Amino acid sequence: MNYLIETLIKILLVVLIFSALAGFTTYVERKILAFFQRRLGPTIVGPFGVLQILADGIKLFTKEDIVPSGANRLIFRIAPTITAATAFIAMAPIPFFPEFELFGYIITPIISDINVGILFVLGVGAAGLYGPLLGGISANSKWSLLGAARTAVQLLSFEVVSGLSLLAPLMLVGSLSLIDINNYQGDGITNWLVFSQPLAFVLFLFAGYAELNRTPFDLLEHEAEIVSGYATEYAGMRWGMFFIGEYASMISLSFVVSLIFLGGFNPLGFVPGGIAIILKVSFLIFLFMWARAAYPHIRPDQLMGLCWKILFPLALLNVLITGIVCLGGGN
Amino acid sequence: MSKYVKIVEQAPLLSNAQKFVKFWNRALKGELFVGLWLVFKEFYKGQIHTVQYPQEKMPLSPRYRAVHELKRLLESGNERCIGCGLCEKICVANCIRMETGYGEDKRKKVFEYSINFGRCIYCGLCAEVCPELAIVHGKRYENASEQRASFALKEDMLTPIDRVLSGQEFEFLGIGSVSVDADRRIKATPLKYLEDSAEANENKETAMESSKEIKQKEEVHA
Repeated sequence: MNYLIETLIKILLVVLIFSALAGFTTYVERKILAFFQRRLGPTIVGPFGVLQILADGIKLFTKEDIVPSGANRLIFRIAPTITAATAFIAMAPIPFFPEFELFGYIITPIISDINVGILFVLGVGAAGLYGPLLGGISANSKWSLLGAARTAVQLLSFEVVSGLSLLAPLMLVGSLSLIDINNYQGDGITNWLVFSQPLAFVLFLFAGYAELNRTPFDLLEHEAEIVSGYATEYAGMRWGMFFIGEYASMISLSFVVSLIFLGGFNPLGFVPGGIAIILKVSFLIFLFMWARAAYPHIRPDQLMGLCWKILFPLALLNVLITGIVCLGGGN
Repeated sequence: MSKYVKIVEQAPLLSNAQKFVKFWNRALKGELFVGLWLVFKEFYKGQIHTVQYPQEKMPLSPRYRAVHELKRLLESGNERCIGCGLCEKICVANCIRMETGYGEDKRKKVFEYSINFGRCIYCGLCAEVCPELAIVHGKRYENASEQRASFALKEDMLTPIDRVLSGQEFEFLGIGSVSVDADRRIKATPLKYLEDSAEANENKETAMESSKEIKQKEEVHA
């Protein structure tokens, strides 16, 4: 009973905090991107425009909910929920902070430490692409259909890389649980997996950017080519849910990357673990925006070529070398 | 049979080895990081170019052409417009309309003057052609209003009389007025140049003749 109540409270906290954080990240992105491009970003609502997201929220909630006349109404309405829900479901096996004690209870800030943690995160994250896919197909619009087709292309491209690139670090750790992966890097900076698996780190970042359709691989809603892709026909809060989902998965991917490669929530010198992981996650989110400011979009065929012709062989090579090292007496 | 000449040559086909070298150059030169560093420098320098428009406004050129103004004479406050109708004639968009007639003092008066700002292309011809500097382009570019006619009538454009009488009105220097350095740039007529050069030639010839005479005298003396 205690376990049930504790888990329910954790779920509620995770959903509330991360949907608020996802909203706040849109503000941070607009501001940082503006500074990269010599602009100011939102400044009017609240001090430094912090409350802009509140104004946007009011606007999105009060907008008319339009469903196009030829659309498949049911699927069109369900699709944004899939994106938003999977973004939060993927957070279930992620340990956000180290254990701490509150009012005599020992609290583990993880909803459920399942033994296939990282597999679950990857699977649910990939299932999240059903949102754009179904939304694009059901909207009865050419732009949305193109966006949906590109979703399929993107899914087929990045999925192979994200799985294979993680295989090598997992061979070193020997466990799929994120807590085990975190504890493996517990002995200081030199044990971080980014140093023993730099190639896997880069490949996983590439795949992650493609999975969240962040800018270099922003094919699903390439504004210059297909208006807004799968989201063309969406308005109001249904459109907003796509973006809450996108930003929530951005945060959870940053947590996953810092747990697997950057030492997770292990204390960093004098910095306690909880602060350390927040710093790492902030840097990774900044990196998302940095890359968005620096790089142009690439074409779908370039994405497929990159993933299948370059990243896929590199990931296989990485797995092969890691396997030889493991057998040769490393582990 | 005619032969076509290709102006743009196709890129030379690369061998597989060359392609491989090109790929590794691209991969290892770190061009991706060059891009990241470039935008990060901008982020760090923080040179913001935003003009926060309703609070801040960009300075306008003195010869900016926005909504027209009808000017008054500085001393008396009388309207400058003499009702000649040149602006109505020259307007390429055909948007100026004026009604003129003789007033009680038997002088020509302008009863109505209106500009259709939906058609006006702000070319500045009316201000340029006006012989009296009566119609000029002002600097009021924020011309959104609830009524289309809000700017277009004579009383909207005419400088208020109390403003002129209180001495707040100054000589207009914008579009339509003579430029500041007009005196310096003024040139004589072409015939004047001819006269000048003819005079100069005469002077030269007389000078030459006198030098010849001097030489002859010297020769005689010698």
